[in-house]
Amino acid sequence: MQTDTKARVDQLTSPAGHPVAVLRFEGDISSTSKDAVLGTYQSLSKESTKLVLLDFTKVDYINSSGIALVIQLLIEASNSAQKVYAFGLSPHFTKVFTMVGITKYAGLFADQTAALAAI
Amino acid sequence: MMEAKATSVEVRLPSRLGYEKVAMSTAAAVAKLMGFKEDRVDDLKTAVAEACINAIEHGNLLNEALSVGVVLSTVDDMLEVKVIDDGKGLKALPPKPNIDRKIHGEEDPRGMGMFLIQALVDEAEWVKGANGKSSYVRLVIRLDKDSE
Repeated sequence: MQTDTKARVDQLTSPAGHPVAVLRFEGDISSTSKDAVLGTYQSLSKESTKLVLLDFTKVDYINSSGIALVIQLLIEASNSAQKVYAFGLSPHFTKVFTMVGITKYAGLFADQTAALAAI
Repeated sequence: MMEAKATSVEVRLPSRLGYEKVAMSTAAAVAKLMGFKEDRVDDLKTAVAEACINAIEHGNLLNEALSVGVVLSTVDDMLEVKVIDDGKGLKALPPKPNIDRKIHGEEDPRGMGMFLIQALVDEAEWVKGANGKSSYVRLVIRLDKDSE
């Protein structure tokens, strides 16, 4: 019943010239998404990756267990002096992320172009 | 919008994570029939999902021999959702989650379901069942006539 979470990484450069690791998720983000969310993030080099962008464009369903995984990612990023940004959330999940305070630790943008322009 | 009549819809879910989506879809269909706007339907879906996940995980302890009951009742502009499990019910509501404490490792990253439920619907109450069974959470969402 739960849709598997797919994840892949694209390495991009922002218009300002900064390297950015973009984690693109697809499917549900729930309690079964640990490998996709944290595993994919942990596969990035902490030394060379200082900017992380989360792409939720193809995510339809995020529950509180999925939000907890995003928070765990933010904890690890904070401990590694990385900055995290996100884009592609629906208006509803933008509201939910704002309610739980994630916006304090991860800037939210409407799309990839807006996010990269701000980095 | 349909003529306002008292209506009841009931769904039984297996205590298996993922099946909360059946309740979400059913609640969304009922809310749309009542005339709720899309943003309120999304609020209801998340609240119902979190209530079902709590019932599956904490109420029925993932025991697939037990089911979770979801009863949706409509009266006039009000949609009430009861999510019923076989657990003993809550001892106390957890404190509001604090993102700063979570980021600094002073609080479990999990534990936001009940906060989301309370934040997204007009009323939420947790009721302990008699004899330590059939506890339920009752959610209420109302049509906002000014914005419909």
